[in-house]
Amino acid sequence: MTQPMQSLPEMYHTMLRIRRVEEALAERYPDQEMRCPMHLCTGQEAVAAGVSIHLRQEDVVFSNHRAHGHYLAKGGSLDAMVAEIYGKSGGCCGGRGGSMHLVDLEAGFLGSAPIVAGTVPLAVGAAWASKLHDRDQVAVVYFGDGCFEEGVLHETMNFASLKQLPVVFVCENNGYSVYTPLAERQPDRPILEIARAHKLSVDEGDGNDVQDVAIRAGKAIQAAREQFKPQFLELHTYRWLEHVGPYEDDHLGYRPAGELKKWRKRCPIQRTAQVLTEEYGWSQADFDKREKWVAKEIEAAFQFSKESPPPDSITASQFVYAE
Amino acid sequence: MDRRASSAAPKSANTAKKNRGVKRQLTYGEAIREGLYQAMETDPGVVVIGEGVPDPKAIFETTRGLREKFGADRVLDMPLAENGMTGVCIGAAMCGVRPVMVHQRIDFALLAMDQLINNAAKWHYLFNGQGRVPLVVRVLVGRGWGQGPQHAQSLQALFAHIPGIKVVLPTMAGDAKGMLLEAIQDDNPVVIVEHRWLYNIRGLVPQKPKRERLDRARLIQPGKHVTVAAFSYMVVEALAAAKVLAEYGVELEVIDMRSARPLDMEPVLDSLVKTGLLMVLDIGWATCGVSAEVSTRAVEEGFEHLRKPPKRVTLPDHPVPTSHHLSVDYYPDAETIAREALVLLDKPLPDDESEEVFLRLHRALPRDVPNPDFTGPF
Ligand SMILES: Cc1ncc(C[n+]2csc(CCOP(=O)(O)OP(=O)(O)O)c2C)c(N)n1
Ligand SMILES: [Mg+2]
Repeated sequence: MTQPMQSLPEMYHTMLRIRRVEEALAERYPDQEMRCPMHLCTGQEAVAAGVSIHLRQEDVVFSNHRAHGHYLAKGGSLDAMVAEIYGKSGGCCGGRGGSMHLVDLEAGFLGSAPIVAGTVPLAVGAAWASKLHDRDQVAVVYFGDGCFEEGVLHETMNFASLKQLPVVFVCENNGYSVYTPLAERQPDRPILEIARAHKLSVDEGDGNDVQDVAIRAGKAIQAAREQFKPQFLELHTYRWLEHVGPYEDDHLGYRPAGELKKWRKRCPIQRTAQVLTEEYGWSQADFDKREKWVAKEIEAAFQFSKESPPPDSITASQFVYAE
Repeated sequence: MDRRASSAAPKSANTAKKNRGVKRQLTYGEAIREGLYQAMETDPGVVVIGEGVPDPKAIFETTRGLREKFGADRVLDMPLAENGMTGVCIGAAMCGVRPVMVHQRIDFALLAMDQLINNAAKWHYLFNGQGRVPLVVRVLVGRGWGQGPQHAQSLQALFAHIPGIKVVLPTMAGDAKGMLLEAIQDDNPVVIVEHRWLYNIRGLVPQKPKRERLDRARLIQPGKHVTVAAFSYMVVEALAAAKVLAEYGVELEVIDMRSARPLDMEPVLDSLVKTGLLMVLDIGWATCGVSAEVSTRAVEEGFEHLRKPPKRVTLPDHPVPTSHHLSVDYYPDAETIAREALVLLDKPLPDDESEEVFLRLHRALPRDVPNPDFTGPF
């Protein structure tokens, strides 16, 4: 309990930063200058914050279409992310990827891609390399509940377990794939049991409670690192905004009435703020200070993106092959 | 019944009444919906399945209202299991069901290649004609708004490479409906490639469930100078180029190829007798693409009529980058077509007229969204 508790201010900061960055993106998206699909993780920030607190720079992370939080929590450059979404040359892929394809090799963020389950085996490959080369690097992959329907997830878990690889599978179960609830896609059985059947070490927790995430992730990452035991974490959480795009979508009626409201009350950031107030004696000034830091950083990132030159279309043909 | 429920059929009925005597127009998307509706009405074996089929966006409106009319057993969402579910549909198709699967992006169908190629395409053949797979797979090609390298590919050539699968690319609203109806009737696996930018374009669509053959290209714009064999959305761009060039006395003969497998070369070869010049336009890449097949067949079968090598207008040989700054020159359009046509014809116009043509066809608007000026009709 003590370790994540010590890191609570840092995790709070990470969550706040992700939230404010995405709010800023959402606010400016209607300007039509970010011309790419964008999947926001608003409401789900605790997962990335609680997992990443235990990761070293050399540990590697893979992610999916909803990657902003995973990337930032791992230390991905904010400037490069915002510029990427604006399609600028200063973007982390020079504009080739947009929101769905983030990368920051220096930070150990090896890439995100939107084909469902597509990056899950890549993380296991990275863990395999780590074991082959006797490094104590851990590989983490974030994916949604939808991944459990794809064959490649099961093929990959099988291999990770067979070879006892240092990988942590992190499932963000937000109950939906686009507009389709879990119950219309999978039978009523805990997805955790599938991972257990593959002989992974499994655990589940409250994905909207960063302390709970951090405690469970800490154990999992340590076991993966020290004992070469593949891990599975299911974290229950909820997406507040539309599947893709900057807006709310409760009016579409695919969520049961009151569900969003209930989850909004379980805001991971507010809950942490309450703990910080009650148990850490944080004052309003402490919170204001963080808000200010984050706002300043965000302002700078948008400025960076604005000033970053557009990439030259001549360069679009580069990098089809490595030279 | 909710409001949506009644929208599929009656809406078209209303339109028809209003336009009695006038030829009826629907958008491409509406035409698909009407085709699905009529197929399900006449054959209880038809089911529509895919990620998002009954959801609030209804696959860009093409499945709107179907569930309310035909029930959740026949109009259904599916788990994110493209390969497995394709196999399930193949098995069901072997046993009396006529599944219409839909993938919101052709890129997701890549996960299903094993089932499609190893099972669907082979079953009839390998069991000596015993067993049939009447499966339809609708795949949507994305384009624009930074959909990027994994959500905007044009992969028709991958399917068209495979004997045992039919691959069609309807461009006109009437064909979108008619070829869908025919594909559902067909006892073979049929992949229907639908380009996103066609969805809001209007065209003439007969109210009756009139089927269109899957093996016929169609001459849609006669002309005497250059034969233009075009696939899918490139037909739209070709017609735009043809219209402007015609005012300057340059005539393109535009053929909507409609189908990549089987490939109907007859109208192309007939046209070459007259023009001696061939342009092939595809929404995909050139290398091993369907444009390569058309060009080769033209050379093999119409060599004596060709005055020059065929000219292909296709995508550059690299993935599409997300940033609109990078993709600005990626997609060839009417201007590209006009330029290439005039090169093929050894620059028949004075420079100032050529420049005028290019200027008139030049698209100043953002290139990552469909042309708002063009909604048809054809
Ligand atoms: C193979 C494949 N099928 C379908 C899609 C379309 N798609 C993109 S995200 C998504 C939802 C995935 O749901 P989940 O894994 O639970 O992640 P969430 O969006 O809830 O974070 C779908 C169906 C895709 N990108 N790839
Ligand atoms: Mg989900």
